[in-house]
Amino acid sequence: MNTPLLEATRLEVNIGGHRICRDLDWRVDVGDSWAILGRNGAGKSTLLATLAGLRAQQGGGLNVAGLALPHAGLGAGARAMARVRGYLSQHQFDPFASTVMETVLVGRHPHLGRWDWESAEDRRIADAALNELGLDGFAEREVQTLSGGERQRLAVAQLLAQQPQLFLLDEPLTHLDLSHQVAVMELFGRRAAAGAAIVAVLHDPGFAARYCRQALLLFGNDEWLAGPAADVITAENLTRLYGHPLRELGVDGDRWFVPC
Amino acid sequence: MPSRRRALLSLAVLIGLALLSLLVALAAGSLPVSAADVLCALSGNKGGMAVEVINGLRLPRALAAFACGGLLALAGTLMQVLLRNPLADPYVLGISGGAAVGALSAVLAGLTLALMNLAAFAGALAAMLLVFGLAHGDSSWTRSRLLLTGVIVAAGCGAVVALILSIAPEEGLRGMLFWLMGDLGHAISPWPALAVLALGLVVTLPFARELNLLSRGDTLAQALGVSVTHVKRGIYVLASLLTAVAVTTAGSIGFIGLVVPHLVRLAMIRLGWGNDQRLLLPASVLFGGSLLVLADTLARTVIAPQQLPVGVLTALLGVPVFLFLLGRQPHEQR
Repeated sequence: MNTPLLEATRLEVNIGGHRICRDLDWRVDVGDSWAILGRNGAGKSTLLATLAGLRAQQGGGLNVAGLALPHAGLGAGARAMARVRGYLSQHQFDPFASTVMETVLVGRHPHLGRWDWESAEDRRIADAALNELGLDGFAEREVQTLSGGERQRLAVAQLLAQQPQLFLLDEPLTHLDLSHQVAVMELFGRRAAAGAAIVAVLHDPGFAARYCRQALLLFGNDEWLAGPAADVITAENLTRLYGHPLRELGVDGDRWFVPC
Repeated sequence: MPSRRRALLSLAVLIGLALLSLLVALAAGSLPVSAADVLCALSGNKGGMAVEVINGLRLPRALAAFACGGLLALAGTLMQVLLRNPLADPYVLGISGGAAVGALSAVLAGLTLALMNLAAFAGALAAMLLVFGLAHGDSSWTRSRLLLTGVIVAAGCGAVVALILSIAPEEGLRGMLFWLMGDLGHAISPWPALAVLALGLVVTLPFARELNLLSRGDTLAQALGVSVTHVKRGIYVLASLLTAVAVTTAGSIGFIGLVVPHLVRLAMIRLGWGNDQRLLLPASVLFGGSLLVLADTLARTVIAPQQLPVGVLTALLGVPVFLFLLGRQPHEQR
């Protein structure tokens, strides 16, 4: 079996004295698409940031494509890490004016040498990413004039331009309308099928069941449950997860979950 | 962002502007000089009174002005990235306040000019270390904490400056006020400031793309492979040093550090080039340098033989220009 893209052994993650998970043994392989589900404050984003190497874990081992975290993510190894894993943050900041094209090209940073300027090839990659998100024709637009949904798609395009193998997505569907939610999930599904892997924090268990092959549930009291989406995402587990009764509806082979 | 060719072209134009401003500074003044005198002085020939004035007085002063303008503009650009706030400038973080306390204490103690410069530098460094030490803490090296600490230290320095001014003897007061308002008249030698300016550019330019990322947020920069903590500490220390050297050379000249990066950025946005530090850093240095050279030339000629403090002039000219440009911008975007 080839080496996993991400491997956690007995991982312990805390934030502000609150334990998010303990003894998490988990691996993400090429082709996997994982959904992380949990109620507000369960620590989904904190766990994802830890997996990205943006904060240190409190215990256990963490490996991303053979690079040991947290050291690889924080110090000089950050560049090597950035060529392997991409991280989509929940919030985008634009304190200074900038164009859409400039913002996408930021994703090329880990692939450029210290004195390199973005080449025609980098611009081609950026254009392709914009096209894929339906942002063609936006290249010269001022970022601060974009709508929330457009800005979110721009962040996804930037991530695609980075061309990582492991995509860590913190609420990738924020601000998106339904058609774009579907488009973005399908886009990442294609990436996973083509040899990448996805770990996405999601809020809609229906989307998770439809577009992700695996799921990790965080119960917020350091309990967790991981496995194939078909086994893990059930009305019973979700009722316990969200602390609210949920019912499963079947539509044309898809499973959707609605609050009772 | 601009292509590399366009960036180099813009820099060539700005170098032209810088040379032009230096020529104006050499030619203008109460003693009229001819173009031949300027050429004669620059080629290193001995000559008459005019050549003496150019080589001995105007050239060192113009070069010092250029260096200080460049230093303040570079420090301002760096601080704006560090605090991710286009309104940050080198003086916000209390560095010039520390320098002022040092310099004025030296004057109060009756020390010589050289010792006063040394005291200003020590004061700036002390303020920088104080802010750095207090804001650094363990891991919470946040922008708001840094900004708040800087503002408080600056306020404390302001109080000490006011105290010194109120107890200082009459005869020292005028020199102190000139120093506080910025004055290139007692710049001893331009070379240390020019050397530090060159060093600052050499150190920051290789990291310009990292700074681009940092200006978009720590998380994004870290996720894309910038080692954020190291780069931020580096920026802070460097920007503080640049400010300290500028303040030591010419007293506290406000406004250049805030306005120059902003004007250059506005121009770049007009051209559709966004906010690329690879062009912004060197362009701000050249533009800031030229601006201060021209402002200083104006300050020593406008009501000659009396001289104005150049800091007053930069503010008097800069405020309306800045407000005009800022007020105009949003209407065009709508």
